[in-house]
Amino acid sequence: MPGSIKDRVAIVGMGCTQFGELWGKGPTDLIVEAVSEALADAEIEIKDIQAVWSGTLFSGNGGRTVSEALRLPYLPVTRVENACGSGHEAVRGASYAVAAGIYDICLAVGYEKLKDEGMSGLPGMQNRTGTHYESSMPGVFAMMATRYFNRYGLSPQEGKAMLGRISVKSHHNGALNPKAHLRREITLEQVLNAPIIAWPLGLFDCCGVSDGAAAAIIVRADMVKSFKNRPVYVKALQICASPTSGRMVTDYDYTHVEEAYRAGIAAYKEAGITNPRKEVSMAEVHDCFSITEAVTMEDLQFSPRGRVKEDIEAGTFELTGPLPVQPDGGLKCFGHPIGASGIRMLYEPYLQFQGRAGKRQIKDPKIALAHNMGNEPYAPVVSVCIVGV
Amino acid sequence: MIGITAYGAYIPWHRMERQLCVKAWGGFAMPGEKAVAFFDEDSVTMGVAAALDCMGDVDPQTIDGLYFSTTTPPYKEKQSAAIMAIALGLRRDVRTADFGTSLRAGTIAFGAAHDALKAGTAKSILVTAADMRLAAPGGITEQGLGDGAAAFLLGTENVIAEIQGSYSITDELAGTWRAADDTFIRSWEDRMVLDEGYSVIIPEALTGIMKKYGLSPKDFTKVVFDSPVDGRRHGKAAAAAGFDASQVQEPFTLFLKVGLTGCASAPMMLVSALESAKPGDRILYAGSGDGVDAFILRVTDAITKLSPRRGIKGHLASKKMMDSYNAYLVWRGIVPQEEARRPPKTPARLSAIWRERRQQLGLWGIKCRKCGTVQYDNGAAATTPIRICAVCGAKDDFEDYNFSRRKAKIFSYTHDNLAPVADPPASVVLVDFEGGGRAFFDLTDRDPAEIAVGTEVEMTFRRMQVNRGLSIYHWKARPVR
Repeated sequence: MPGSIKDRVAIVGMGCTQFGELWGKGPTDLIVEAVSEALADAEIEIKDIQAVWSGTLFSGNGGRTVSEALRLPYLPVTRVENACGSGHEAVRGASYAVAAGIYDICLAVGYEKLKDEGMSGLPGMQNRTGTHYESSMPGVFAMMATRYFNRYGLSPQEGKAMLGRISVKSHHNGALNPKAHLRREITLEQVLNAPIIAWPLGLFDCCGVSDGAAAAIIVRADMVKSFKNRPVYVKALQICASPTSGRMVTDYDYTHVEEAYRAGIAAYKEAGITNPRKEVSMAEVHDCFSITEAVTMEDLQFSPRGRVKEDIEAGTFELTGPLPVQPDGGLKCFGHPIGASGIRMLYEPYLQFQGRAGKRQIKDPKIALAHNMGNEPYAPVVSVCIVGV
Repeated sequence: MIGITAYGAYIPWHRMERQLCVKAWGGFAMPGEKAVAFFDEDSVTMGVAAALDCMGDVDPQTIDGLYFSTTTPPYKEKQSAAIMAIALGLRRDVRTADFGTSLRAGTIAFGAAHDALKAGTAKSILVTAADMRLAAPGGITEQGLGDGAAAFLLGTENVIAEIQGSYSITDELAGTWRAADDTFIRSWEDRMVLDEGYSVIIPEALTGIMKKYGLSPKDFTKVVFDSPVDGRRHGKAAAAAGFDASQVQEPFTLFLKVGLTGCASAPMMLVSALESAKPGDRILYAGSGDGVDAFILRVTDAITKLSPRRGIKGHLASKKMMDSYNAYLVWRGIVPQEEARRPPKTPARLSAIWRERRQQLGLWGIKCRKCGTVQYDNGAAATTPIRICAVCGAKDDFEDYNFSRRKAKIFSYTHDNLAPVADPPASVVLVDFEGGGRAFFDLTDRDPAEIAVGTEVEMTFRRMQVNRGLSIYHWKARPVR
């Protein structure tokens, strides 16, 4: 019988760098800036940290990249990689170690220096035999949009308009966020007239490509009184890795992500949530592409299957709606420095719970969900973290 | 009885008006168009395509050998036929050979297969010929050349054209040549080359084989042999051997629609001839280059029972006119292009290519013995052997299942402008095979506007990339036409 992380550990300090094309900054700069902010926020020093979990996909060399950057005093540092969920994986490792009673205070840090990779996108992933079909990440997610439009009878124009509203919403929020990479409002017309990246997805259906880092200080729940900040409790940490059968057997519909659905169910159970649409106050989901956010709303049971369009059009997920999604601007405006994203997604609820979200402040949030999805829709690793007060 | 039991052909979908060469370079245009292999095609892939057309529903396991002819192989050291044998699903205990360097390699291989069958060392041999010769840009030679392939299955049962005799002459004349390091054809003055070469040796061989078997031109329904660029020479050579114009398999259609296809020229003309042949026809078939090979063929009743195939006729009817000469230069690697602004891909691993050769080259998947689900796995990390059934979890309890000759329907697709490819956008499809199984493939020979969910596709063997000199082959999907 699996146990539960619910309310056993809390986040008492967080840091997040400016995200963007930070040509003048390397992994060391990103790590130092995110961790320094988190330490200052928690009012502790590096010597108070007992162990570190770090998440990165492309930018690390074991745990040493972090210990070297921070000149850590011979601490245990674990580097984890779980594709786009690497940041969440670092939080999970630190949380479990604290919950297990091995440590009192751990640091989770996620970082990625993507813009050293020399391309506008993710570095090419070639299979061992050199025979991989030539598709970029926008391509494999575009194929989900093609299926979604086909299944629910949306013309390309209708489908693209539905997706376009998602990007308009996220850009609105991102424009309010000083740490976002892309900080400007866009119009639906701009989205629909943008160059096609991979049909039917256009430029504004794709998230940015950025550098960044974020960090969290995780402590035992019974220690929160010794910290000044309002603690944010971890309610659920769930991960679901795909058997990747969706690309091999014909019953996969390619209009949902089974792993997201299952990770959601497991997380709701762990957190004791029975009606996600009502009980979740806000969500930061993995909107690598607009279509990903659309189907994720259905996978996480915020919208009924095939009906996310109604919620998008009703403004359900806007900052002023009943269930704001991407209040910080999401991957759309922050870009996706892989290892950093999962912890960046927790930074926004952390600020929101503490009333520090400025113009993006949501009224009295109680429960926030962060969702990460690595790899393709038919073969992902999905993580769902739920935090709350 | 020994002879041809099936035939097939392949002509690339892309064709270029010869006028485009003149638009690029000036000068005079020859009439017609030429077939141009796509960026992902080469002699090996065209040879496989012709062989698949030829094999129809023949069980590959019944074939005892594969002879491949080309003057444009991907390797100087490394056999092409061995690659093709896996792609075509042949047994391991088959004889494979490449025949090259001579423009009559196609008929040399045909003769060698015939001899093996006569000697009883094989009961069935697949003989394929493919060529894609290059002439330097801007010259008249470039206009005349085309890309294409033909294949014959030679055997002892269900013979559609019995091989009743053969005759060869060898002649030394370097009329056209490519040195070991040459990309482009070199030629001596064509009047001399034809006067002392082609126009002498063709009549000599046609006359020679008739004399050897006591036959005369009136004993033949058709005479089929390759032509130089100047098609009038072809007719004159036939006349010199005593044939009437009505007996001559005309070379003009192939020249106007495809171009001269090197060592596949004579074989492709023979496919054309067989497409309209009737039981009882006697055909005199010859191919030239460093001499001539000639054969006497007698068409049997079995030709009426041959299953439908594309052959020359079908392939001629399916084409896409190129709108740019530049594309040709790029596809052939004649001009370098700016590389995509991104770091190079990680090199392919030869050990992995070898390990997964049946999945990659043969498109073999599995059928689960427990639940019956058929599966193919060409995942992002690797084309992995399936050890655990994706449906029921059975371990290693599978039978082999081949996807290469199965049709499929597009389940989803995209046209991707971000992926760096020679002919953007990168069209990628997820297909559901008839009979089960789903997999991703590149979509080739496609017009993006004609692609939809549900479009029917077939599998085609293509070159994915050249990596450290290794030609890496796999299968792509293409719309059924």
